[in-house]
Amino acid sequence: MMFKRTLLTAAAAAAAWLSVLPAAAEVFNPKTFTLDNGMQVVVISNHRAPIVTHMVWYKVGSADEPRGKSGIAHFVEHLMFKATKNMKSGEFSRTVARNGGRDNGFTSYDYTGYYQSVAADRLGIVMQLEADRMRNLIIDPREVEPERLVVLEERRSRTDNSPGAKLFEQVNAALYLNYPYRDPIIGWEHEIRRITAEDLRAFYDKWYWPNNTVLVVAGDVTVDQVRPLAEKYYGVIPRGPGIKRERTAEPPHNAARRVILRDRRVRQPSVRKRYMAPSHGHGDKQHIYALQVLSEIIGGNTGVLSKSLVRERKIAVSASAYYSSDGIGPSAFTYFASPAPGVSMEKLEAALQVEIDKLLESGVTAEEVARAKSRMSASAIFARDSAGRGARVLGAALATGQTIEDVESWPERIEAVTQEQINEAAKAVMIESNSVTGLLLAKRPS
Amino acid sequence: MSRARLAGMSAAVLVALILTTPSTHAAVKVQEVVSAKGITAWLVEDHTNPIISVNFAFRGGSALDPDGKDGVANLVSATLDEGAGGMDSETFQRRLEDLSVSLGFSARLDTFSGRMRTLTRNRDDAFGLLKLAITRPRFDPEAVERIRSQVLAGLRRASENPRRLANRAMFQTMFPGHPYSRHTDGTLETVPVIKIADLKAFVARRLARDNLVIGVVGDITVAELKTLLDTTFGELPATAEPWEVPDVTAAATGKQVVIEKPIPQSVIRFGHGGIKREDPDFYAAYVMNYVLGGGGFESRLHEEVREKRGLAYSAFSYLSPLDHSALIIGGAGTANAQAAQTIDIVRAEWKRMAEQGLSALELKDAKTYLTGSYALRFGSSPRIAAMLTGLQLENLGRDYFDIRNSLIENVTLDDVNRVAKSLLRPEKLTLVVVGQPENISAN
Repeated sequence: MMFKRTLLTAAAAAAAWLSVLPAAAEVFNPKTFTLDNGMQVVVISNHRAPIVTHMVWYKVGSADEPRGKSGIAHFVEHLMFKATKNMKSGEFSRTVARNGGRDNGFTSYDYTGYYQSVAADRLGIVMQLEADRMRNLIIDPREVEPERLVVLEERRSRTDNSPGAKLFEQVNAALYLNYPYRDPIIGWEHEIRRITAEDLRAFYDKWYWPNNTVLVVAGDVTVDQVRPLAEKYYGVIPRGPGIKRERTAEPPHNAARRVILRDRRVRQPSVRKRYMAPSHGHGDKQHIYALQVLSEIIGGNTGVLSKSLVRERKIAVSASAYYSSDGIGPSAFTYFASPAPGVSMEKLEAALQVEIDKLLESGVTAEEVARAKSRMSASAIFARDSAGRGARVLGAALATGQTIEDVESWPERIEAVTQEQINEAAKAVMIESNSVTGLLLAKRPS
Repeated sequence: MSRARLAGMSAAVLVALILTTPSTHAAVKVQEVVSAKGITAWLVEDHTNPIISVNFAFRGGSALDPDGKDGVANLVSATLDEGAGGMDSETFQRRLEDLSVSLGFSARLDTFSGRMRTLTRNRDDAFGLLKLAITRPRFDPEAVERIRSQVLAGLRRASENPRRLANRAMFQTMFPGHPYSRHTDGTLETVPVIKIADLKAFVARRLARDNLVIGVVGDITVAELKTLLDTTFGELPATAEPWEVPDVTAAATGKQVVIEKPIPQSVIRFGHGGIKREDPDFYAAYVMNYVLGGGGFESRLHEEVREKRGLAYSAFSYLSPLDHSALIIGGAGTANAQAAQTIDIVRAEWKRMAEQGLSALELKDAKTYLTGSYALRFGSSPRIAAMLTGLQLENLGRDYFDIRNSLIENVTLDDVNRVAKSLLRPEKLTLVVVGQPENISAN
């Protein structure tokens, strides 16, 4: 089963980062150059097979939408598979398939991406297709209406049909008081219904330019082969107007928040506590590597949280913590727990808080730090197994203001993290007024 | 628990994230390695990275769970790595973590499988932990009860998940009274009554050398693997306890099942009997299904349901061959008010394909895609290792990666249209709808 035009949710992004850790220094060993029109090109050579992954990352996501028009970025992503001045609707994916390739797109808060995986000798074909739709998309109201219905079905399928997903959406809206991450990537239903063809056209015209784009090509190809192709297909597209990403800033958080969703379909309740946290693009960047190690220490299968709440005290069936440093805007450090049978949510939540307080008071141990760092260093080696992974990690990093150096030196920066830095980062982030607690509960019998 | 977190990701998101930059079949040389004790593995040597991936499967899966104890194989799969030999659960798990070894097991209707991935530098320790897990699992009460409560929590969540409900109902409706109607994960009634003795009996009876197939990919030589095959798998019993699962044809009654749930979108599943993997017409059916509902954006179901009418985010079908039966299954999700219309379109497409088959152009495009994209499956060493296991389970040859595309190329238009006519029976489709569908009732 392969679905088109997928949506990258924040939860998925966090989980994906944890599972797809960036690679070790000189693992991906990417080459990079920039076209005259400002488009950055990154090439990751991997000659194990005559296959390439071709990805275009636009530096625009749902957090760049005008207020009151949530869902535009994702809607445009859907329409990118429709007609252009040179192609009929659907011809893009049909052409890729007829060349034995796969293609898809995805939307996140900070970027929108499109990719094709094909035989290396078809690279020019997919480049030509992708370059065409960078400036030539026709946004036809007759295509917009049926696609709006598809997007609404996608929203029902991902969010409205699931109490857990509905809560997640509400927790995010509470976590970010003013920053645009408060709006769901797919958009609020009432706003999706109101987006006009003109809105979509204006958004596309503002953001879809070569100087707002990173091209990543990974696989059986060299930088010398990519350069002439990139110049031929992308290089001829004129540079667009300078674009500045302006985001509303987050005010101080003066009060902890609680968000409770009760639904009679909930059979296994859970609690999630999220603290707003720094990211590569926002806040105290000095803490981001320490927080990554901290989440590895707390969150793993034999991590502090699971050991105490699941293994020893039998209060929870599962307990974890996760953190992602990705993003232009503020990130979050999240705790999660789901109760063992017969354990009240009050008791579980109190026990979770005790663990957090204990961490803040006593800190992590040197042994825990060493073990976590060793696992993370190994994960960088596993990341080499597929060059497509490198394309994804580098594309996401470059589209959110990081550098190749940031990605390539990740193992060294993790290695440099100290016990003191972790304890300091925990104290800086885990402040009560900085938190949202989300409770997924069964509906009380009436 | 990271496993639980990842399980929360939807399949669609995974598709978007997991990019493939694969080996091509041409670059993949499959060697047969036979150890001194006669244990066979298929190996793809690849010394690019200091990584070894192992995948293996025992024939015989959750369809063999004892009556009233659905979920035994699944509970074993979740508990094998929770303590073995002299190590209790926490010690064992810490050892895996400290060596950066990932080890996991899973149960399906016809198989019980496992996978392990390690850095070359920890190779012998990693194979040692794998050996302990499959030959000397402890099943300490603490670990079993903890994992049992996690399985039950998952089942409670699944009991309100419309997709899970729909899939379960499909198998129950199509295989009434047959082991294939069992729930691999078990039920809220059966999982609590499984005894530790049941788990031990499963290991003793099912994990043996004569029902085992192994695939290995990565930084290891034939000689090294030969030795490790014996030390890892050599202590397993020579033979598994004999078993029998009767062959069965999926019920073709045109039954409609509606599971009422207060959700805005109806989750729809439809299907009937399919075609077995070893059937000479399998490839013709495979090509046919690509055009019907297997080809993502290019399929007819996608075109009619999503592109033309905006009725659903996805509409799809797939072939699901089993050891003792076969299915063709499809699905869609649409607002409750549109469920009947969506089902009508599915039936119409089923009928059109049965009566008119493919056009020559559709066949050509399908072949181009299916052969051209085959190399994309070889995305990472764990995936290739799993494919090696799959080939052996399906009794396909060691040259399969090389000949597979010719099997697709050899399919003729007459083959596809003949198979479409005999396979697709719109009036026999079993239908399951979860939600509050309008104008659809159970029969």
